[in-house]
Amino acid sequence: MTELIHAHPSSFAPSPSRIERVPLVLFAILALAPLLAPLTGAEGYVLSLLSRVMIFGLAAMSLDLILGYGALVSFGHAAFLGIGGYAVGILASHGSEDALIQIPLALAASALFATVTGTISLRTKGVYFIMITLAFGQMLFFLATSLAAYGGDDGMTLASRSLMAGTSILKNDRVFYGLVLFCLLGTYLLSRGIVASRFGRVLRGTRENAVRMEAIGFHPFRYQLLAYVISGMMAGLAGFLLANQAEFISPSYMTWQRSGELIFMVVLGGIGSLHGAIIGAAVFLLLEEFLPEILHFAASALGSDLQSRLVENWKMIFGPLLILIVLFARGGITGLLGRGRHG
Amino acid sequence: MTATLLFIQALNGLQFGLILFLIAAGLTLVFGVMDFINLAHGVQYMVGAYLAAAFTAWTGNFGLALLLALPTALAFGLLLEVLVFRHLYDRDHLDQVLATFGVIVFLNQAVKFVWGAAPLNVPVPEILSGSVEITDGLLYPVYRLAIIAAGLAVALLLYVLVSRTRVGMLVRAGATNPEMVSALGVNIQRLFMVVFGFGAMLAGFAGAMVAPILSVEPGMGDNILILAFVVIVIGGIGSIRGAFLAAILIGLVDTVGRSFAPNILRFFLDPATASQTGRAIAPMLIYIFMAAILFFRPSGLFPAKR
Repeated sequence: MTELIHAHPSSFAPSPSRIERVPLVLFAILALAPLLAPLTGAEGYVLSLLSRVMIFGLAAMSLDLILGYGALVSFGHAAFLGIGGYAVGILASHGSEDALIQIPLALAASALFATVTGTISLRTKGVYFIMITLAFGQMLFFLATSLAAYGGDDGMTLASRSLMAGTSILKNDRVFYGLVLFCLLGTYLLSRGIVASRFGRVLRGTRENAVRMEAIGFHPFRYQLLAYVISGMMAGLAGFLLANQAEFISPSYMTWQRSGELIFMVVLGGIGSLHGAIIGAAVFLLLEEFLPEILHFAASALGSDLQSRLVENWKMIFGPLLILIVLFARGGITGLLGRGRHG
Repeated sequence: MTATLLFIQALNGLQFGLILFLIAAGLTLVFGVMDFINLAHGVQYMVGAYLAAAFTAWTGNFGLALLLALPTALAFGLLLEVLVFRHLYDRDHLDQVLATFGVIVFLNQAVKFVWGAAPLNVPVPEILSGSVEITDGLLYPVYRLAIIAAGLAVALLLYVLVSRTRVGMLVRAGATNPEMVSALGVNIQRLFMVVFGFGAMLAGFAGAMVAPILSVEPGMGDNILILAFVVIVIGGIGSIRGAFLAAILIGLVDTVGRSFAPNILRFFLDPATASQTGRAIAPMLIYIFMAAILFFRPSGLFPAKR
């Protein structure tokens, strides 16, 4: 039960110059994308897709902070996406449309929820932790479905994006993209700082052996709780951005399947590397977006009837693909990248 | 009036609880004996329901369909074990969660592919289609009583199997300490397959039994899976007794809570707020219940592992 996650040796002693290159390239691509987007002829589509990728990257990275560095497998992380999203929707419907009000409140609500649920969840270990975080996520999901004033089951469409200091510049897709990139970069650097700090080392020590950490005088609970709260706040920020990107909120933000997808993104990218989670989110979303088209292209020889059935049922390919990735790509994409360079 | 309503809801709760138990029993054994988290257990319930629907349409007889559906569900479970799950036993829990999540994605789409996205209806078998008068003026559908009877019978059978037979003894020993059982010369791989196939069949049986009273649709296993996890976590992983008790508790809390939460809140709040809050709280009750139990007993009510 203690071996919930295999330790990732590279995250303990990151060899500086070698591993830093990947996130550098990643952020360079994300920063240059808006300049190249007009060339594709579908600028709006590219920007909104990449915004989504970055938002889910932010959420997955926040999960990686506790999952990869604290071995806390939260199966209810999507709840924070919902908290951030509903903060936007509820405040906007009461006339507070400014992001400068919404963001602090979204963060505060996330922190409060994380503190309460974390205090209870962290009493349990291993599988029981997975299940109790799932339970809290489900509670919030059902709470959202019962909020009749804010759309209930169906959710609600936002009248417009949040204002920024009274101006409506976020309506511009490029400006919004910039904000998302800024948030992602900011939280990434913050997370790196946290991981490298004394706090981060205690957290990783707890991941390896909580009993020993306690024996040498640390209280693992406090460190884990603080990490859980920080992670929840970051995911809450992602929720704020997601609501603005989609201009829509609904309980579907918080389904347990969504929490599962977040875990999947982290594992796909590589546990315990932060930027791996962003890459994992990107691959997952792009696969989800383009798999139908890839199938359409690949099956063009099979006749139009079979082709359209295959495209319609792309999830029948997607599911087994997920299984194969788990079975064969251990260490995730960053693991593969690292291995390639060593060998 | 309220007492009658409470009685009906208690019966519904019992019936729901027994269905949950049928699903949770397999899940808790697989989890306890093999230390394997199988998210795909819920789709086995769905497959059971679809098989019952398909065989009923084919044979025109629900009883016959049930007889055909059970071995098919068993065979399907074993097929999944060989194809996917077997390769995951020595992986960590995270890998198991993700790979079985992939199985869910595939099967939810696969049933859409085969049977279409529209819900299927299975007629209630004719012998069991009426209602009986339990007390004066109180009618209750026979079929639901039949589900209760079948659930209790299976629970009893399971109890005898687990506590009185040699295989049951090995399963209990396996849930407590699999390494030791293996070291004593028991073919643990074969024990795994038996437990797995049996669990899959029980889930399929549950799905087949509810097919006539629920609509059979893709994704129907997803939410019940989460409830089954709640049950086994409350009951203590690996414990059949715990799963039984927790399943009945969850069934009652959920069913009775949904119909009575607004009424109870009316004592404290004005009617409009009470019904609003009641409807909000009711679906959360079981999760609150679970969090409370785990707060006081972090490994559930009857932890099998020591």
